[in-house]
Amino acid sequence: MARPPSRRPGHNRKAQYSLFASYVVAMTGAAVGLLLVIVAIFDPTGFAAIRTGTSEITRPASLGLRNMVSGVSSIDEVLAAYWRAGSQNVALRRQVEADRNRIIEAKAVAQENARLKKLLKLVDEDQSELLTARLISSSSSSSRRFARLNAGRWQGVRPGMPVRAPEGLIGRIHTTTPNTSEVLLLTDSSNIVPIRRAADSVPAISTGLGDGTLEIRSLAAGRNPFSPGDILVTSGVGGIYQPNIPVAVVVRIEGEIAYGVPLANPSKVDAVVVERSFEEAVTRSEPAAGPDLAAPEIAGNATAP
Amino acid sequence: MIDPHLPYVSRLGRHPSRFRLIGTPIITVMLGSAITILPVIAQAPVMPPFGLLLLLTWRLLRPELWRTWIGLPLGLFDDIMSGQPIGSAMFLWTVTLIGIDAVEHRMLWRSYRQDWLIAAAAIIFCVAGGVFFARITGGGDINPQLVAPQMVWTILLFPFVVRQCARVDRWRVMA
Repeated sequence: MARPPSRRPGHNRKAQYSLFASYVVAMTGAAVGLLLVIVAIFDPTGFAAIRTGTSEITRPASLGLRNMVSGVSSIDEVLAAYWRAGSQNVALRRQVEADRNRIIEAKAVAQENARLKKLLKLVDEDQSELLTARLISSSSSSSRRFARLNAGRWQGVRPGMPVRAPEGLIGRIHTTTPNTSEVLLLTDSSNIVPIRRAADSVPAISTGLGDGTLEIRSLAAGRNPFSPGDILVTSGVGGIYQPNIPVAVVVRIEGEIAYGVPLANPSKVDAVVVERSFEEAVTRSEPAAGPDLAAPEIAGNATAP
Repeated sequence: MIDPHLPYVSRLGRHPSRFRLIGTPIITVMLGSAITILPVIAQAPVMPPFGLLLLLTWRLLRPELWRTWIGLPLGLFDDIMSGQPIGSAMFLWTVTLIGIDAVEHRMLWRSYRQDWLIAAAAIIFCVAGGVFFARITGGGDINPQLVAPQMVWTILLFPFVVRQCARVDRWRVMA
């Protein structure tokens, strides 16, 4: 097959000028695009406002699809529940009877716990919890790892707030729009989290690799202290994340670097919890609480190297 | 020309509307970019850039359809949807379209395979450029190998997208 006809117009001046102008516009536009990227080097969240409109518009679509997906994925569970419904019903009723006593006991324990805490003047950590929302979509075609959360500025979400699931840390808020916000996932290559080993507080830093795993570097010089199977939790250094949120489990060691897998998988968790920044949560409460929470941390850091 | 197996055939004296002729390609590319609103929370860059694929397909199927500046508005929309820094696809897509214009004059023969070759080069350029831009705008140390699978299956997906796009094109020009 011969090549397609040339786009070059013949002797028609007007058509020639129009083609020339289109190239000028394209070149200028490309230069403007490059300029926008250069601006973004210095101010990565500067143009977030441009995204506000579209993320607000696409929110219902993503949310609806998300609901549909979770509906479809649980349909086998619903069908299985109909199978042997009668005997299951009897068994469940017995279970409820047995659990009721336990709940009453637990309530008493919780009351006692609250009373003892009051005596010790401890802060209740529940104050840091802001809201629960769902992740509705993500930057699946880009090499950055962002997820979109179905809650935004109007719900009180602010950039920098940590996001976690019951299983562990998910990431932190990057930008917010009125009703949605972008979460910088734990696995993004720019997300650096100060962590420590749960067993003996060896401090380390986790950096995302962008492919669902984490690179863990020990802060102590010398031999790599980690071994596969170690559980890592946040250390609370830096003031963003609460201490003791589970982060990752070490799976592989290569020289100085350990590789870990996050404990919470953002594609599987149903809902995530947005928390207040640790610093904010501490300073908001009584001043006596601050040193209390930070003390074991400092001790852990000092003894580790 | 009139084949009874075709679902759409042009009828005498009827023309497709202007909106259908001009709007269809633009809307399909925007839908391709909007694939990120699917509720998939990806752990790695796995989704092929459908916006780019459709842009290349339309450009190679219908060279006379667009001027090169179309990469600017469509690229801006893609940047907004994709999570890349704003300006990244605007620059890369426009440069790609200008590059295709420049290459097209120099090729003596053109067939489907040359189209695929051009598209493959364009996909590698755009994906690698996207990684570079994500890196310099605070993305940290992104390993270029990370996007290699994405590049491969985007290139392999091109023939499929061309066929679907040709089907849409037939519907577009036949009223």
